[in-house]
Amino acid sequence: MISLTINGKAHNVDVEPDTPLLWAIRENVGLTGTKYGCGVAQCGSCTVHVDGVAMRSCVTPVSSVAGKKITTIEGLAENGVLTKVQQAWIANEVPQCGYCQSGMIMAVAALLKDKPKPTDADINDAITNICRCGTFQQVRAAIHAAANA
Amino acid sequence: MTETRGIDRRSFLVSVAAAGGALTLGFGVHPSQAEAGAPELTAWIVIARDDTVTIRVARSEMGQGTLTALPMLVAEELACDWSKVRTEFPRPDENLRRNRVWGDFSTGGSRSIRNSQEPLRKAGATAREMLIAAAAAQWNVPASECSAFNSVITHGPSGRTLRYGEVAEAAAKVTPPKDVRLKDASAWRLIGKPTGRIEVPDKVVGKPIYGIDVRLPGMLYAAIAQCPVFKGTLKSVDESKLSGRRGVHNVVRLKDAVAVVADRWWQAKTALDALAIEWDAGEGGEVSSASIREFLLGGLAATTAGVGRAQGKLAEGFARSARRVEADYAVPFLAHATLEPQNCTAHVTGDRAEIWVPTQNGEAAMASAAHALGIPTQNVIVHKTMLGGGFGRRGVTQDFIPPAVLIAREVGAPVKVLWSREEDTGHDYYRPVAMARMAAGLDASGMPAAWHVRMTGNSIWSTLMPVAARGGVDRQFQEGFLADMPYDIPNYLADYAIRNTHVPVGFWRCVNHTQNCFFKESFVDEMAHAAGIDPLTYRRRLIGTHRNANKFLGVLNAAAERAGWGTPLPPGTFRGIALNEAYSTFVAAVAEITLAADGTVRMPRIVVALDPGTVVIRSPPRCRPRARSCSASPRRSMARSPSRTAGSSSRTSTTTACCGSPRCRRSRPC
Repeated sequence: MISLTINGKAHNVDVEPDTPLLWAIRENVGLTGTKYGCGVAQCGSCTVHVDGVAMRSCVTPVSSVAGKKITTIEGLAENGVLTKVQQAWIANEVPQCGYCQSGMIMAVAALLKDKPKPTDADINDAITNICRCGTFQQVRAAIHAAANA
Repeated sequence: MTETRGIDRRSFLVSVAAAGGALTLGFGVHPSQAEAGAPELTAWIVIARDDTVTIRVARSEMGQGTLTALPMLVAEELACDWSKVRTEFPRPDENLRRNRVWGDFSTGGSRSIRNSQEPLRKAGATAREMLIAAAAAQWNVPASECSAFNSVITHGPSGRTLRYGEVAEAAAKVTPPKDVRLKDASAWRLIGKPTGRIEVPDKVVGKPIYGIDVRLPGMLYAAIAQCPVFKGTLKSVDESKLSGRRGVHNVVRLKDAVAVVADRWWQAKTALDALAIEWDAGEGGEVSSASIREFLLGGLAATTAGVGRAQGKLAEGFARSARRVEADYAVPFLAHATLEPQNCTAHVTGDRAEIWVPTQNGEAAMASAAHALGIPTQNVIVHKTMLGGGFGRRGVTQDFIPPAVLIAREVGAPVKVLWSREEDTGHDYYRPVAMARMAAGLDASGMPAAWHVRMTGNSIWSTLMPVAARGGVDRQFQEGFLADMPYDIPNYLADYAIRNTHVPVGFWRCVNHTQNCFFKESFVDEMAHAAGIDPLTYRRRLIGTHRNANKFLGVLNAAAERAGWGTPLPPGTFRGIALNEAYSTFVAAVAEITLAADGTVRMPRIVVALDPGTVVIRSPPRCRPRARSCSASPRRSMARSPSRTAGSSSRTSTTTACCGSPRCRRSRPC
């Protein structure tokens, strides 16, 4: 049993210690907003926050995050109030198929915590998530909108 | 019915849990709104007492906006309150049972809007008339004195009103009118207005249920390995290493695949990796990229080829020309790489099956499961989920379904079969490998007197449906070079030597246009370059008498103007222009690229001009330039309609974008 704190709630998950956090979140805890895209930390669909830092959960062993504060897309909004990032995502109608967007939003939320007014270069450096539908322009527009909200 | 909006994960789980529980007792416990008692007004519309309007959507949603656009077509004519609209996917088995009342479920070919306009708008108008008739009957007044607006029927002379929910039950009993008049486009209140796509709010909180997210009580997980060589088979599996491995239930052997079934997917995946598997590569074992290249080069040089379009006298044209321009082009197989890897959840009991799957064609999914299991089609229930990308991967080819139902049958419990990214990429139905050999003869003025376009490569149709490529002609492979080719060439031949490899090929966004536009426009540039004429000027001269000349010129000029064609560029920056028509959308693009000293090509800017006909979903103003995905956004299919309904003037919009990815190092217009 490994004890995880996800979105403020404690969960004991019965998995092998080297199981990637992604699968514990999705299958043991049942939060499916965090997605599997590549399994090798390339696409970023699995991005969650661990102690406030964006991490790719598909290559993060569950044993390495025991006791740490994990936030998933389901826990980003507080008391049902969408974050500025999520609001900007709706206003700019960013998602197409939407599959990558949980991870995209988590990565952007972490970026804005570090750099409240990111430049295009900052965005290029920090947001390396892959969107197969090609929403990158809307993502960039929404990041600036959230930063200026 | 699978409700798609206004459903949270909890209620989804409850509903699938109910279904799962029902499986042991029998099938079909999926009450639709209609079956739950709310009246159905035409097969597409159910209106509840509380005025909630449920609109059925036959096509799949994969980010292209069908879930908004198709209900919008209904709601526009229904004159209902858009905020009260909910959607649901009708089930394929219900469609079959009801004599295909919802028509075609296939979602591809950019057809959803184009083919749905009339039936859906008529369905909305029919229901509106039925509601008015019911209200008029209740008031005992002529229907002609009543009008409908925003889910309320008003009797003009008296000012009395009734809400849709109040008369829906009576309206459902009204004989539907045979002929209904559709609104003029100028009167549209929803179509083309920025209402926002209805599923977007859920997508920012991780709520939508994609196939990979389906959870059923007692469900197991399977990881699958397919033969690494196409058409190869499984020889043997040594599962001794799995003994005592935690969570592992079964090793399932299929003809060309092995699956491990476990309590959790990661357990299944790691166990699968530990298996010693021997494959029989079969006839494809000796094939390599080099041998495929040789095979296709033979196609370029072949003396016979299927003719897609021919006009004038090619040999005479060449004989008269002042100089000859030649170029060869080649593109590789491409995997669709839907970000959601292929998956299917299945439960098979006796001669019945229930599957949950992200599919572009629910009916094909049903048929595929039935065929694999050898059971009647109507014994298969298909629940369509959201799709994490489609791009044609999940349409005609439903190859992820047979393994899933066969594994589920062997296991005897609900199983979610999920391909790893590697397995998915390695077992696609790929965008075909293709080559083109171009030869043109330019006259004294530098314009082409003759042009021969020889293509070769893997034919999708002769692979998937041989009857469609009868006589060695596959016109889809040549799209862009046929009647849709914008240029006037007096002596012209476009032919295609089919060369099919053992690698499976399938449909892909815009299908063969993705390579053909690159071939065609690159070569037009070669001709312009040889003639010493500006590429924009050259294209303008070449567009002569084509029936769509105005549309081609419209987008070409718009893109050139907005891109500042002809204005000076910084050193190391270059500009290129291209023009194409695909599936009734006209598009021109001006790309700016930079070439670094180390040979790295970047595209910092691309200006795209698009004439898609009538736009159904209009995006919020600040992100209006939606056509931007240089990777050919699926949104294009939403931004299109047949010209017959484009009574409003078709617009040409321009947008500036590249895909924006910091990794974008595309070396050619994408």
